[in-house]
Amino acid sequence: MNPEPLALVGGAIVLALVLGSTLGWAATRMPHSVDGLVERINALLPQTQCGQCLYPGCRPYAAAIARGEADFDRCPPGGAATAQAIARLLDRPTRAPDPRYGATKPRQVAWIDEPRCIGCARCLPVCPVDAIVGAPRLMHTVIAAQCTGCELCIAPCPVDCIELRAVAAAPAARATPSPAGH
Amino acid sequence: MAPNRKFALGLVLDGRKQSAMQQPIAAAPAPAQAFVLLDQGDGRRGTPSVRVGERVRLGAAIAQADDESGAALHAPVAGRVRSVGRHESSPDAGPGIVIDNDGSDERDPQCEPCPEADSLPPEEFIERIRRGGIVGLGGALFPTAAKLAHGRAGSITHLVVNGAECEPWICCDDALMRESAGEIVRGAQLMLRACGAAKCTIAIEDDKPEAGAALTAALAAAGDTRLSLAVLPAVYPAGAERQLLTAVTGLEVPQRAWPPEIGLLCQNVGTAAAVARLVRTGEPLIRRIVTVTGSGVARPGNLEARIGTPIADLIDAVGGYAGAPRRLWSGGSMTGRALPDDAWPLTSAMNCIVAATDADLRAPVHAEQPCIRCGDCARVCPAGLLPQELHRAVRSRDDVLLERFGLADCIECGCCDYVCPSAIPLVERFRQERVALRERASEAARASQARLHFEHRERRVSELEASRRREFEDARRRACDDFPNEG
Repeated sequence: MNPEPLALVGGAIVLALVLGSTLGWAATRMPHSVDGLVERINALLPQTQCGQCLYPGCRPYAAAIARGEADFDRCPPGGAATAQAIARLLDRPTRAPDPRYGATKPRQVAWIDEPRCIGCARCLPVCPVDAIVGAPRLMHTVIAAQCTGCELCIAPCPVDCIELRAVAAAPAARATPSPAGH
Repeated sequence: MAPNRKFALGLVLDGRKQSAMQQPIAAAPAPAQAFVLLDQGDGRRGTPSVRVGERVRLGAAIAQADDESGAALHAPVAGRVRSVGRHESSPDAGPGIVIDNDGSDERDPQCEPCPEADSLPPEEFIERIRRGGIVGLGGALFPTAAKLAHGRAGSITHLVVNGAECEPWICCDDALMRESAGEIVRGAQLMLRACGAAKCTIAIEDDKPEAGAALTAALAAAGDTRLSLAVLPAVYPAGAERQLLTAVTGLEVPQRAWPPEIGLLCQNVGTAAAVARLVRTGEPLIRRIVTVTGSGVARPGNLEARIGTPIADLIDAVGGYAGAPRRLWSGGSMTGRALPDDAWPLTSAMNCIVAATDADLRAPVHAEQPCIRCGDCARVCPAGLLPQELHRAVRSRDDVLLERFGLADCIECGCCDYVCPSAIPLVERFRQERVALRERASEAARASQARLHFEHRERRVSELEASRRREFEDARRRACDDFPNEG
C-alpha cells in the first residue's frame, strides 16, 4: 500500500487539530459573543429609555441591533453622535438618525405643575428610571437629576400637569473664543 | 529635544510693554458703583452673603466660597448693596453684587492688621489668608490659602515666586516689582513660613533690569538667606507655572500632577504683595494692579484699581480712548479673552486691559487653510505636545486620541496659533474641545446612572411579577385542594 495517502490524511488530521484548538482558544479569549456586542452597543446609547426606537428600552434595542433585527439609526435622543458611534463599532457606513422615529431635541427634563397634580400615581409606573416621587393622593414631583426626558410620563397624566422643560446648557463662558489679537 | 532645556520651546515676542511703563502706577478712582462678579474668572461661583439694601463697609465679606477651591469676595467700596444678580448694563458678564459707593471708604472692623503674623501658627495664618480671599493673581485665581495648606500637608521644599511676565502688553507685575519690591519680599517670607518650604526663589526675566535691581536691593535689605533671585531669558511663555518651575528648579511637573507633588509651590508676585498687604493693613483682596494699554488709549499705564470697577472707568483713568480702537480684551495678546463691552467690571483675574487699534493687530495673512503637517507648532509647543495631532483628534472627535495627545496638558499659551502657516485657530479649537469633552463626560456619567436606574427597576418589576404569579399559583393550588372534585 502506498504510504502517501496515509501521510496526507494524518497531516490533515494534525492540521485540523492545530487549527481547531487555536480557534477554540481564540473563541474563549476574544470578544465574540452577541452578549458582549449588546453591552458595547448599549454603552453607546443615551439610556433615555424612551422607547422611540419601538423597543422597550435601550438594552432591548441594543440587542435588536446586535441580532441584525434593527438598524442603528433609530435613536433620536442620541442623535448623529450615537448613530456615528454605533456605525463605527459595527464597521458600517454612518447615517443620520431616521427622522421617522422622532426629532433630536436638546436635553430636557419633566416638570410637574404641583398645584395641579391630583396624586393619581399613574405617571409612577411608566417612568423607566424611577425619577418620579409620589404616592396615591399625594403630590408627585420629578427628581430632575434622575430624569432622562423620555416623555413617557406625559401621556398617562389625566390632568396634563406634566411638561418637559429644556435644561439650561452648562455655562459656555469657558468656551469663549480668544480675541486672536496677535 | 535637548536635555536640560530651560526654555528650549516657546517664542521670543515683541513685548509692547514700554508704552505702559512710562509712568509709575496710578491709583484709579473708586467707582461710583462697584460690580463684583461672583465668578471672578475661574468658573467658580461663591454664594452671596449680603442682601439687597444692606450697608457694607470696605473690605466686608460679601460672598462665601462653596468649597476649598473657591475664595470669599469682599466689598471693594463702602455703601449700600443695590442688587444681587445680573447687572442690567452687562447681563452677559454673569451674576454679581452691585454696591453703590457712598464715598466714605469706611473700613470694616474685621479688617485688622496682623502684626503678629510672624509668630502665628502657620495654620492660623493660612486661615487669615483664606478669610482675606487672597487668590493667585497670575490669572488662575487658585486660593492662596488652599495652595499653602496643601504645602503643609505635603512636603514643600521650594517656593517659587513668579515674576516672569512674558506675555506681550502685560506689565502690571513689572511695575509692582519696581515699586513694591519690599512688599513682595515680605510676602514671600510670610508664605515661606506658612508653607514650610526651606527656600524661595523669585524668578524674573532678563528684560526687566529695573525690577531685578529693585528686588536685589529689597532682598539685600531683608537679609534673608533663604530667598534668592533667578533671572531667566525672556521667552514666552516663561511665566507659565510648569514651564517656570522647570526653568528654575530643573524638575518637570508630571502629567496630571500638580507642583506640590514634587515639592514645589508657585505663587505670583502680585499674590505675595497681596499677602503682605493683608498682614500690614488688614485689607482683603479688593484691589489689584492692572495694565491698561494699547494704541487705543490715550496714556497707557498701570493702575491700582478696585475689583468691580467698570472697564470704562479704567479707560477714562488713562485718558480715555484714542485713535480708532478696534478690539477690547483682557489679558495679553496670546491668551487674552475678548471683552464684549467696556461696562464689564474688573475682576481679580484681569491683569491687563488692551484697547487695540489696527496697528496693534496682526493682519490676517489669509483665511484658515488645511493643516499641511509642517510641524512648526510642535517645535514651539512649551508643553511638549503635538498640536497638529491634537487638532486631528479634535476634528475626528476621538476621545482616545485626545487623551493620548494630551488635550488636558495644553496650557493654551497660543504659541501654535502664532506660528501656524495655515492660520488654524488651534488654541480656540482646543479650548472648545475641552468644554465639549467635559460635556461628553457628564453626558456619559448621566447615561450610566440612567442605565443603573433602569436595570434596577427592570429587576424590581420582574421580581414583583414573579411573586404575584407565585401567589396566584399558591392560591389556585389551595383552591384545588379544598375542592378536589371540581379540579
